[in-house]
This record gives sequence, structure tokens and C-alpha cells, in this order.
Amino acid sequence: MRNSLVLTLGIAVLFGCEQSVETPKTDPLEPSASPPPQTQAAPPSRYSEEDKLIGLPPVPIPENNPQTPAKIALGDKLFHDKRFSIDGTVSCANCHDDGKAFTDNLPDSVGHSGKTGTRNAPTVLNAAFYHSQFWDGREPDLESQAKQPFINPVEHGLPNHDPILDIVRSDPDYQQSFQEVFEVTGDALTIDHVVQAIASFERTLVTGNSPFDRFYFKGETDAMTDAQIRGFNLFIGQGRCVSCHVIEQDNATFTDSRFHNIGIGIDSIESDIPTLTQAFLEAKNQDKDVDIMVLTDPKSSELGRFAVTDELNKIGAFKTPTLRNVELTAPYMHDGSLKTLREVIVHYNNGGVAEASARVNDFLSGGIRPLNLTGTQIDDLVEFMKALTSPKKPAETESAQAVN
Amino acid sequence: MNTIHKSRRNFLKTAGAAAIGSTLPISLIELAFADTAENFTFAYISDAHIQHIEGTRFVRNWDRGLIRAVAETNLLVPKPDFVFFGGDLAQLGTKAELDHGAEIMSALRYKVHYVMGEHDYYLDLGDYWEQLFGAQYYSFNHKGVHFVVLNSIRTYDDWTFNRWPSNEQRMLEMAGLDNPNGSPFMVGEEQRNWLKSDLSKVAKTTPIVVLSHSPLQKIFKGWNFWTEDAEQIQALLKPFDKVSVIYGHVHQIQYNQIGNISFNSVMATAWPWPYPQSYAQAEQYLPKLTVPINRADPFFERDATGWQFINMNNGNIDLHYTLYNNTARSVIYNNKTKQPEDSAYQSEDARIPPQTHF
Repeated sequence: MRNSLVLTLGIAVLFGCEQSVETPKTDPLEPSASPPPQTQAAPPSRYSEEDKLIGLPPVPIPENNPQTPAKIALGDKLFHDKRFSIDGTVSCANCHDDGKAFTDNLPDSVGHSGKTGTRNAPTVLNAAFYHSQFWDGREPDLESQAKQPFINPVEHGLPNHDPILDIVRSDPDYQQSFQEVFEVTGDALTIDHVVQAIASFERTLVTGNSPFDRFYFKGETDAMTDAQIRGFNLFIGQGRCVSCHVIEQDNATFTDSRFHNIGIGIDSIESDIPTLTQAFLEAKNQDKDVDIMVLTDPKSSELGRFAVTDELNKIGAFKTPTLRNVELTAPYMHDGSLKTLREVIVHYNNGGVAEASARVNDFLSGGIRPLNLTGTQIDDLVEFMKALTSPKKPAETESAQAVN
Repeated sequence: MNTIHKSRRNFLKTAGAAAIGSTLPISLIELAFADTAENFTFAYISDAHIQHIEGTRFVRNWDRGLIRAVAETNLLVPKPDFVFFGGDLAQLGTKAELDHGAEIMSALRYKVHYVMGEHDYYLDLGDYWEQLFGAQYYSFNHKGVHFVVLNSIRTYDDWTFNRWPSNEQRMLEMAGLDNPNGSPFMVGEEQRNWLKSDLSKVAKTTPIVVLSHSPLQKIFKGWNFWTEDAEQIQALLKPFDKVSVIYGHVHQIQYNQIGNISFNSVMATAWPWPYPQSYAQAEQYLPKLTVPINRADPFFERDATGWQFINMNNGNIDLHYTLYNNTARSVIYNNKTKQPEDSAYQSEDARIPPQTHF
């Protein structure tokens, strides 16, 4: 079972390089070398299109931005367009790479001219389910999120959104697409249309149907290994993981969309916190842009949710990320500081520090405390994390299972 | 749908007040201080209940609550003039607990004034506490305000001195809730006489702030949300124009107005208590003015605990609560209605809807 997942991942990475930007995808983990779904015969699979959503809640769709195939296709193209950057090298997909589970597998992401940011690129997979976007939740939805990286000095590096609008208003293909989707041309075409299309595309990047989903929601008792089942019981028991990585009765997003200080990144700035918080509050009073501050100044970045809400009890707090496909999205945490899933679980087992003997930070969230897990239990939890990976290609998963 | 929209509007309207819950925007401060040089702020931390297990081990959850409150208080902008600790630093009054608590408190970068709680007191009747923190009751003046600290958790001498075979048992009996062997808190004659003489030197126009561990009003006897001689204390405070009483012990938001006296409670850093009416068979007198805090989600260890900073605005008290995993709240003295009111949730139809639970 595990071998088959690794195998299909390898294929996905291979094909990911050949990403075609015109094709609307229906399975985000499936390389888009296959033809569009409307012309495709049903794949010879035990999993249907609906199966892809097993274990997921309904995808929240804003009333003012309904999904249409044309809009999704347009969003896909925009998502992969490198022209929307200061030097023509950066698209959304640079850091949210289709071939890397829509992240970049780097600790901190790289923008134009090799500039690095301060945070780990979260996967776009299942981002549609978050109640807020970015690690500090400073934007409420995918639409408003999509506006920010374009104009961040270390990401796409544009001074404002005008260069994007110049392209989409003059490029004949884009002209036709925006006319078809939004019935706008010229000055009526705004950045809001651009990000609505991108958000619509991102709302198709949802993946369930992992071994865990089939085990838990479909009652397929052989979907998880014995180690994974032991790990699951630790996940909802002694490990206390489920407190924040939520599993509901009929679905699991593995996030509470809340913000917690779990002892990551904060240690490096603890002595600076008094000056940083004061400076930050003064900067905010002068209307300086928070987005630029947190992504360009490494120390301010570690203030986390505090930078958004000004609440002292949110210092060093970051949003709970989903655990779906976590096997594919290393390295981990908001700063990419932990390389492996085992390191992550050891950090929690120590009660919010890398070394059990280290001093925990003053602002640690309640609930983060030593777990007294044994080495074997930690291994089992790592195995369970691997049961949260969604299948890539239904047909191949089936044939791999047939071999097993 | 209507209620949802309405609550959202209210949230947006009060978002500014919520921000004040942790730090006052600098511009606002300048305005406030331009008004009168007498304005100042102080912070209030209470009910840490530091609990010794054995050797060097203490209950981690209570440690973390106090450590976090201390660290956050140190970041207040502007700096408070001083900090009060409202009592129950220890759980069973031992040297180990008081020392450990004092060590955590020593990280505060402000002058700290201490109030005695019953968990600090009933093992050695405050002997070791006095060595660490000073007198059990005292007063001082600050920027035109007269502060009075009382030890309000004493009780009848017969109970204290003649009833128990050991000090340890005395401590445990007083620490119990709904305990038929317990005894009501009181300030007592000695301190009432002292208070009368202390207040005789203070002008009637001077704002008075009284700090006590128990409420100095009668709310719920079974848990000693109660002070037996409350009426006598209130009578001594009655001649003054502006009187505020701030108390700990109840681990929840309460506020009240009795004549000229405003009452405000402060949160615990350790754990929240349920409101008295949750024990439906017992008599209780929770002030009608009080809008209770949202119930705590037991899932989050720090929910419905917190600390507060207090803005002394022209002699009245504005109390800003920092609450973990909960909606920040401010209880502010309303000069028109002459009573403390929650800045966001005064009326029934403006109250916070319950949290979304799954």
C-alpha cells in the first residue's frame, strides 16, 4: 500500500513538469497530460469523480463568485502565468507547484531574483476550506489572498496590480476569456476579476479519498495498515493532535482554522519581543503595510497573528494547517524549520520545544504540553500522517491495490 | 439570518474596543492624558493557584497561565504605573508554592502590590506571605487616588483557632467548595476599625479604590462569593463620591453598582468557575447588571482565564479583559447611567452569541 503511494507520487512529480496551462483539471493531484474531463471517457476505476471528495465537507463557494468551467480554466491559466511578475519569472505555481502537491518543498519560498521570503509556502490543496488565508490569517478568503503576492517585494515584486491589468486587457486570449467569463473588457476588467478566477481554480484543488478517509468514513477496515490504525488512535488520544487538527463525524479538514503558539520560531526573537511589539504597534498606527512587514522582516514575521489583531495573546501564534497530503509537503511549520514528520511529532512530544530540556516560550498556547509518547508511538503517528495522502491517479491506485 | 447579521455588525462596531483589550492605540493615550494629568493605568493579575506536586514539580497548567500573563503584561503600551496581584498565588499556602509563584511574578518589570487570598492564608495565617510581600492590609495614594487593600478572607476566630487539629486540615477545609465545614469570609472588626481611621484622613472627593480577594458584596455563599460584613464595609465607603471595589476569587467577569460603589471582578490565570446560577438549587445573587462571560470551551486549557488592565479615567475604572480563546471584553464605567457596563454587550439584544461548537 505504502509502496504504491510512493510510486504514484513519483509519477506525479515527473508529469508535473509538463503542466499544460489551458486544461481545466478535475483532479489536482493528477497530471494534466490527460484530456479535459468533458471529452474523457470514465476511467476504469473503482473510484468515481465523487469519490475524490470522500472525507471532505462541501467546498464553500462565495455567492458572488460561482464556479463555472470557463472561469476555472481561466484561473488555471492565470495561476501559471509568469508574466505577472517584475522580471517575468514568477507565477503562483513557482511556490505552489502542481508537481509538488502545490507547494515548493523549500523551507522559505523563493520569489523574483532569488529573493527569499520569511514563510513556508502552504499547499493550495484544500486551502478552500480555511476560514482565513495566510499563516497569520490576515486575509479572509482566497480572492483577497491572491492579490497580495503579486505586489510583495520579495515574491512577484510588482509595484501595483497595473502591469497585470495591462496584460489581461491587451492579450487577445485573455480578452476573449474575461469577456466570456465576466463579460468585461478594457477598464471594466479589474484585479477583482483576476483573483476571482484564480480563487475559482483553487476551489477545484480539493482532495479527499485518502486511506484514512476510506477507513474512517467508508468503513474499509483494510484501507490503513496496523501501524496507521495505532497512529490514528494516538492522534485522537494521547497525542491530542485532533484538538486542533479537527476530524468531524462526517468529514475531516484537519484544521480548526484557529491560531496557536506552538513554540516554533518564537525562541529566536524572544528577547526582542518588547521592542518588536512596541515598534509594530507604532508602525501600524502610521498605516504601514503589514503584508510587506511580515514577509520582509524575519523578526516581525515571527510575531504571527499578533501582527494582524494587535492582541498580546496572539504573539507567535499561527494558523493550524491541514494535514491532508502532509507526507508530500515537507518541510514543515510556518518557517519550514522542521524537515520531517518525525521531527514535528518530537517537537509536540516535548511540549513545544525541539529539545525536551529546553525552556518553552512564555506565550505558548494552552494545550501544548509534553505527551510522553514512546519512540514506537511516534513512529505510528508518522505512519498515520502518511495515510492522509490522497490518491493521484484512480486507475493506478486500483491496479496497485490489485497487486497487493 | 437577522441575528447573524446583527451580531456581525456589532462585532465590527466594537472591533476597536476589542483592540483596546490588549493595548491602547498610542494616539488614544495621548488624547486621554492631554485631558488630565491624573489619568493612569495599572494591570491586574489574580488567582494563579500555583500548585506543588512534589520536589521541583508544580502543576504545569497553572504555571503556564501565570507565566503567560506576566509576559504579556510586560508588553503593555503604555506602561502601567504598577501591577496588582489579587490573591490565591498558592493553592495550599505552602512555602514551596509561594516561593515558586513569587519567582514567576519576579519577571514583572513593574512595582507589584499584593492582596491576600484564602489559599495563601489558611496554612500559616499569612506568616510566610508577609515575609515575601509585606502587610496583609494597607493603603497608599497614587496620582490623587486613594488605594486600600484589605484581607477580606478572614473568618470567625473560633473557626480559625479552635476547630482544627492541624493547620493543613484548616487549609484544606477552607479550600473546599460547598463545604459544610467551611466558614464565610469577612474583613473583621480589627480591619474595619483600621479602615474607618484610614478613611477619616481622606477627602470625600478623593476617588477610592478598594482591593480585596472576596467580593465585598454577597453573591453566593457556598463558594464564598461572599463577605459576611460586606454591608459594614459598604457603609464606611458610602460618604465618598467615587468608590471602586476590585476583587478576585470568583474566576469570572462580574460587575455591579451599589449606591456610589462600583464593583468589578478580575479573571483568574488558572481556571474559570461556572456562574453561581449553574447550581440551580442554591440561592444566588449574581448582580443583574452582569453579562456573564461566554462559557468556556473545556477543550482549550486557557479559555475563560485571563488578566486585565485598568484605565483610571478621572477616578472611575475602565476594566479591559484579555481572554484566551474567547472574545475580549471591556467593562467601562458609564458616566451617564452611573454604573459599570460592558462596552459592547449592555442590552439583551446586543449580547454575544454562543461560540460555534462541533
